[in-house]
Amino acid sequence: MIEVTNLYKEFKGVPVLKGISTTFEKGKTSMIIGQSGSGKTVFLKCLLGLHIPEKGNICFDGRNQTALDIKAQRQLRQEIGMVFQGGALYDSLTVEENIMFPLKMFTNNTNAEMLKRVNFVLDRVNLVNANKKFPAEISGGMQKRVAIARAIVMNPKYLFCDEPNSGLDPNTATLIDNLIQEITKEYQIITVINSHDMNSVMEIGEKIVFLKNGVKAWEGTNKEIFKTDNEAIVNFVYSSNLFKKVREVYLNETK
Amino acid sequence: MNYLEHIGKYFIMLKQVFKKPQKWSVFRETLFREIEDLGLKSLGIIMFISFFVGGVVAIQTALNVDSPFIPKYLIGFATKRSVILEFAPTFMSVILAGKVGSYISSSIGTMRVTEQIDALEVMGINSLNYLVLPKIIATLFFYPILIVLAMFLGIYGGYVAGILTGRFFSEDYIYGIQLDFDPYFIQYALIKTLVFAFVIATIPAYHGYYVKGGSLEVGRASTQAVVWTSVVIILLNYFLTQMLLG
Repeated sequence: MIEVTNLYKEFKGVPVLKGISTTFEKGKTSMIIGQSGSGKTVFLKCLLGLHIPEKGNICFDGRNQTALDIKAQRQLRQEIGMVFQGGALYDSLTVEENIMFPLKMFTNNTNAEMLKRVNFVLDRVNLVNANKKFPAEISGGMQKRVAIARAIVMNPKYLFCDEPNSGLDPNTATLIDNLIQEITKEYQIITVINSHDMNSVMEIGEKIVFLKNGVKAWEGTNKEIFKTDNEAIVNFVYSSNLFKKVREVYLNETK
Repeated sequence: MNYLEHIGKYFIMLKQVFKKPQKWSVFRETLFREIEDLGLKSLGIIMFISFFVGGVVAIQTALNVDSPFIPKYLIGFATKRSVILEFAPTFMSVILAGKVGSYISSSIGTMRVTEQIDALEVMGINSLNYLVLPKIIATLFFYPILIVLAMFLGIYGGYVAGILTGRFFSEDYIYGIQLDFDPYFIQYALIKTLVFAFVIATIPAYHGYYVKGGSLEVGRASTQAVVWTSVVIILLNYFLTQMLLG
């Protein structure tokens, strides 16, 4: 379990996160949502240890990340998989080399063993015949799959995704969502996704944390989001007529 | 940010750079790639410039020692001294600061703005050590070779220029380059080269690593990296000359 307690982060005296507390559980897809500038990315970067919070604790299965020394923090990070918004694939490496990189860095496997693992994860993300291609030679959706493959190649305990389906067509976005959810269930990992995409939130958000102006304004499941009367989350999620209609239909059906 | 802050941050960066590589096999692989990118790919430009600069130095010297009282072998002597002491180590380092410095700064800067450095950090990799240390070792290893090559080609360029223009005889030139040869000058040039190689690898890496923003800022960082690397090379050249030859 990841346990966040009273997380506070500021930049040049301006508070961005104001005492956020929440938990993320094993085998569940948790989502952080909120408007632009609400602190989602900063929150995610604090979880990853890329930002050091001024106050608060982030415990990964009992290990307080904010109190670990650099060596222990690097050790912890080897248990983390991350899918960046833009993929963050290494331009100079092929798809195969990108995925093999963490294995080369942290295991003593032979080349054949590493290749076997790379092909396994590529198969898992439904990507074939792309091994020798460079990131610039494949589509955005394929890049996201490669990023997911790289994130899971080390069998992580924790998977973080920053807007994994931004810039993708609805079909590919759904495929990526389903893939992340399947991987979360299959390997029983703790998945935290930062998203703007309400479709993803409704589909795979088993736990949703809504941030507004740096505070946790609401948290619940994708079922509870239909019933809540919390004004902040209702205004955010049901800002489009389509979702308003969806909510009405859902509430009528469940009466 | 003031200059002192930058200097402090630069040395803090170096502290992270000089850590034991996390995996020697990966380090070795990266090192060979850097030797190719930063060294071998600079061979052509260094050979071209040093040959012609040597030629120009010889012709300029010949034009300025027109007096019958000044022996012609001084052209070879002056060309050798100029090329070994300054043109090869300093001038070539400034050229490399432009070519290699902008490459280092922009490649690391692009990695920063596209979150590739964050990806390294999230994996638990010391990104500074992984990205910068191979560059330092590659430049320290290869630039002395480049500069020695530049010395030979510069002196040879002077020889060819003399033959082509007919301003001096080849025997005079060869006698001049052998005259009063002091091996310490080679040592002096190589010491300077090693210092400049370190500067060429680290200052652009600093500018690239700490860039914030997008492509525009990467471009700006690249320009700043070249400017500051050149400034530091010129300043260090002055102090090293005073220390080693003064």
